[in-house]
Amino acid sequence: MSIILIAVLTLTGLSIIFGAVLGFASVRFRVEGNPIVDQIDSLLPQTQCGQCGHPGCHPYAEAIAGGEAINKCPPGGESTIAALADLLGVEALPLDGEHGSEKASKMVAVIREAECIGCTKCIQACPMDAILGAAKQMHTVIADECTGCDLCIEPCPVDCIDLVPVATTLQTWHWQQPLSPEKLIATDAGRGIAA
Amino acid sequence: MSQPFFELHDFKGGIHPAENKHQSTELPVARAPMPSRLVLPLNQHIGAPARVLVQEGDKVLKGQLIASAEGFVSAALHAPTSGTISRIAEHALPHSSGMSGMCIEITPDGSDTWCEHQGLADYRDHAPADLLALIKNAGIAGLGGAGFPSHVKLASSHNKPIDTLILNGAECEPYITADDMLMRERAAEVIEGALILLHILNPERCLIGIEDNKPEAIVALKHALQASTKDAHKIQVIGIPTKYPSGGEKQLIQILTGKEVPSGGIPADIGVVCQNVGTAAAIHNAISKGEPLISRIVTLTGKACAQPRNYEVLIGTPVNELMQHGGIDAGLMQRLIMGGPMMGFTLTDLSVPVVKTTNCLLAPTKKELPVAPAAQACIRCGMCTEACPAQLLPQQLYWFSRAEEFDKAEAHNLFDCIECGACAYVCPSNIPLVQYYRYAKGEIRIEKADKVKSERAKQRFEARTARLDREQAEKDARRAARAEAAAKAQAEKAAAAPQPDGAAPANTASAASPAPVADLEALQKKLDAAKLGVEKSKEKLAAAIAEGSDKAELLQGAVDKAMERMKALATEIAQAKKAAKAAPAAENAAEKSDPNSPERIKNKLELAQSRLQTAQERLSAAKAESSDLIPALQTAVEKQQAKVDELQQALQASLAGDTAAPAAPENPPATGDAFAQQTEQLQQKVLAAQSRVDKAQERLSMAIEQGSDVLDALRMGLDKQQQKLSEAQAALAQHLAAEKA
Amino acid sequence: MALLNISSPHTSRPGDTGGVMRQVLYALLPGIVLLTWFFGPGHLIQIGIAAITALACEALVMVLRKRPVLFYLKDYSALLTAVLLALALPPLCPWWVTVIASAFAIIFAKHLYGGMGYNPFNPAMVGFALVLISFPVAMTTSWTGPAELLNAKLTFSQSLHFIFSARDGIDAVTMATPLDVYKHQAAMQTSDEIFKQPIFGSTIAIGWEWISLAYALGGIYLLWRRIFTWHIPLSVLTALSICSVIFGWDADTHVPLSLHLFTGATMLGAFFIATDPVTASTTPLGKIIYGAGIGILIYVIRTYGAYPDAIAFAVLLMNFAAAFIDQYTQPRTYGHNKAKRGLPKGGK
Repeated sequence: MSIILIAVLTLTGLSIIFGAVLGFASVRFRVEGNPIVDQIDSLLPQTQCGQCGHPGCHPYAEAIAGGEAINKCPPGGESTIAALADLLGVEALPLDGEHGSEKASKMVAVIREAECIGCTKCIQACPMDAILGAAKQMHTVIADECTGCDLCIEPCPVDCIDLVPVATTLQTWHWQQPLSPEKLIATDAGRGIAA
Repeated sequence: MSQPFFELHDFKGGIHPAENKHQSTELPVARAPMPSRLVLPLNQHIGAPARVLVQEGDKVLKGQLIASAEGFVSAALHAPTSGTISRIAEHALPHSSGMSGMCIEITPDGSDTWCEHQGLADYRDHAPADLLALIKNAGIAGLGGAGFPSHVKLASSHNKPIDTLILNGAECEPYITADDMLMRERAAEVIEGALILLHILNPERCLIGIEDNKPEAIVALKHALQASTKDAHKIQVIGIPTKYPSGGEKQLIQILTGKEVPSGGIPADIGVVCQNVGTAAAIHNAISKGEPLISRIVTLTGKACAQPRNYEVLIGTPVNELMQHGGIDAGLMQRLIMGGPMMGFTLTDLSVPVVKTTNCLLAPTKKELPVAPAAQACIRCGMCTEACPAQLLPQQLYWFSRAEEFDKAEAHNLFDCIECGACAYVCPSNIPLVQYYRYAKGEIRIEKADKVKSERAKQRFEARTARLDREQAEKDARRAARAEAAAKAQAEKAAAAPQPDGAAPANTASAASPAPVADLEALQKKLDAAKLGVEKSKEKLAAAIAEGSDKAELLQGAVDKAMERMKALATEIAQAKKAAKAAPAAENAAEKSDPNSPERIKNKLELAQSRLQTAQERLSAAKAESSDLIPALQTAVEKQQAKVDELQQALQASLAGDTAAPAAPENPPATGDAFAQQTEQLQQKVLAAQSRVDKAQERLSMAIEQGSDVLDALRMGLDKQQQKLSEAQAALAQHLAAEKA
Repeated sequence: MALLNISSPHTSRPGDTGGVMRQVLYALLPGIVLLTWFFGPGHLIQIGIAAITALACEALVMVLRKRPVLFYLKDYSALLTAVLLALALPPLCPWWVTVIASAFAIIFAKHLYGGMGYNPFNPAMVGFALVLISFPVAMTTSWTGPAELLNAKLTFSQSLHFIFSARDGIDAVTMATPLDVYKHQAAMQTSDEIFKQPIFGSTIAIGWEWISLAYALGGIYLLWRRIFTWHIPLSVLTALSICSVIFGWDADTHVPLSLHLFTGATMLGAFFIATDPVTASTTPLGKIIYGAGIGILIYVIRTYGAYPDAIAFAVLLMNFAAAFIDQYTQPRTYGHNKAKRGLPKGGK
């Protein structure tokens, strides 16, 4: 009898102690995290292009937090999907082609200014307010603010807006990654000769 | 040597590559001949490109300012000789990317005539700020290699007390002897420059650090120091042990002072300013002689060079002309390096000019500096760790850069890497480590810029959304107020002239409603809308009250009015219902729901036609004004035309189907003649016209409210629609009359 | 001719990875010569078997991985693995043991992890540990006695015979190693009594002392050539010595320090195996911790474990920790107040 009693008491005591330790730890080492939506939002590219089917990146972030698939963001592409998968602890899916394909390089909208009739339709469509102009005045894109979301292309009545890849400048140019040793063959002398 | 004891410190790591300096020091510095053209990039320094002050075709004199510093971190540009500005255009730049940038090209006239210039008699009579302005106007940017505008470096020290000025004469890169020869031949200029810098910065001491493989330079400077009488006691010439990269700014500071420049900081943070000896000489020339920076000493060396030596070269001299003069055999070399073998970069386009930071042109033969063999796998031997002067873990950085784990690379202090190349030099596996770091740094910078941009995009988007919401809310409020006013007017009218028979349907604002049947549905909708409006207004009111806004009263009024309006509508509906019971309500709404119905298509067609018309009008107007919008408008007209055609076709198809099928079941009890059908069609036309009139009116009122500039057009549209409506009504009446008859 | 556009630096120190490996092989030569002198030609044969197997396996894997075979064979890493493995094996162990060990070392321990530079564990020691666990009898009964204690000198053909075919009569030429002997008799006899046995000779142990010195000499040569740094060998030997002095001061019950240092594979391990750069720690402080860990583990396993020698297990156990040690022993970078520890928190 006493053996059982001792066992019960011991276990009870242990559980009380461990419970207290755990409780203390949960208070003392509490992780103050951002709400998950903000974390997701910070990973999205903020092009506000709506290709995911939501009116902007934050709504999509909310939808993801609510369980929507993470592979609907073509501007972010595979890297964003990977980052989201990492954050949410889910499997990284390939980009959903239904929402568009990932572009090889960053794009920026350019208005062929000679053809612009000043209809302001693109200004209304631009989620960034990155198009400058007034009614019957020529419009122009503030390239620094343009996210290349392509929402201004469709409304243009005279099709004078193009999306062009962002050009490399002296400031953004950098050396490319050298070929990895495993990819070289014996006759490749020279270190990653630039093309 | 009478050098007093000076405690030197060592930096960790470092390497001892073959020096190869003696080849180019055998002959004195020679003046390079005048080239056939001079190409002057606007951005030879770190910072903003200079702003062009001249135009193509202008005549300029030697030393004349041709581009001024744009902003603070920028440097001016001067004509290196007299001549004509032949071109201001993009030209290949001396840069690893091989890209081009804006350059001013000068065709020398051969006379080499100086513009008027004058040095200061005694710089000590001038305030440091004035001297800084002179240095800025002389276009002096660090001649050591980085090209940081000197006045910025000197001015950045104003906030912090400077105790040590260091002149960098270490020149640790193999092959290069430009600074060596400068110190040997123009020691006095260097010392004078140091004295000027002492006057500007007023530090406790000035240390000139020179690697001990340049004994002639050390001796020359010491002699010049003895000859100088002024503040010379503050200046000390110090030989430091030869070890690459002792000439790195951070490393030299550590050697001479034992202090480390904090990561991400500048030397001024620890009370040190470091300038290249060449920069000091250039400052002397600018202050005491008034000569801007228009030439520099460049080493031509390498085994492909027939006679390696140093040349005084005008800034802007194309490399190929200099090569020709210096006897560099392009056939012998595999690559041409601007700078030294450790940190220089290769040139692929030989038309690029010599710039302010060019200290060496190295033309090695294949045998002399063979291209590294294919990289082998990293065996983590750790030789790079020992060689790294910044005490990094190059090999970890390599793994992270390779795997594109940039956050980890950054956490391992990638950005403290000075890209000296010591790690790649010692690597037994011949891994191009520096290229990996440059790649990772570039990617991280882009990633960061993207992050900033996306953050800004987010803010802009949120600001825009907020603005749109606000505008919408304001519009709603205005609309509610307007409806309110209308209802009030209505009520007043009703009160003023009470209708005796009560059976007459209530006339709403859309006056021309001749239909005998009150549109119950429309009224119901209006009521709903009004209810919604009231609710919204209430919400707003609550919010306003909560915020203690002064709009609360106004809103309260609006809500009250809206409620009144709602009541009025409710009574109207009741009346209409009564009337409806009486009237033979034969309206069929089913027709409306079919999007492919001929009616719908007709509507669309009419819309498109009117658009086409306006487009054509605009076009003709533009033509009359011979505006440059004509082609754009023309395409617009064409597009509209296409739409109209399309719709017409669709309409025909639809009509064909319509007459074939639904005609029979629609009017089975009719006597079979087309009469009933016709009547119905006419009635529908009337209805459609009515709805269009309504729409037009709505648009017009909206436009008035917004003060739009298309009012006239809209008014005209409304008139037209009304006309059409009355036509349709007349047709119907006629038809009905015919039937009766 | 088009000019090349290449990232700096444009010059490099002469030499390549193959050169580094060759230097290590040269440094092993004195030890090999003395081993043969004292223990007969067994090791030479083992080196031959291991080298042929390793090179063949390396070539096979390279063919399977569609890589240029010669380019990789030229780095000498497979040969070095084979030699180190063969030196660790007993001289007369059956040929198939050697073949299995070296094939396993190259194919499994090296290439299945990605090949040269990617293997987390020292391939030679993985191969050695495999056969030590799998074939204990072959491994413990194959050490030849020192030549001067044998009745007849072991000839090359005899060795070949023992290794490749019959094992009868092998007892006549094999003996337990000094570490083994001391460990098993320490419980029963005093230190003096044990040292009277012929195998210990006049100083420490016949042959072993000279071989260990030869290895140490080779190691010092490599230090001088800056193939590796002093950190790992010194910390291995120091940690082993300290443990031995503190916990094993009583020679009557414990193996004395002299035996720890100068018999068995201590010197080979400290200078040639623990310093294998691929699997060792790379930061200066990390190397010291890594080496000390090996030294302590050698003592612990030799004293309390079932195996008389413990280099392989000590090294393999510390291989586990090397990457982790590196993360927490980063040096203080120029311009920083203190060194960073560990990897970035959170992160992507």
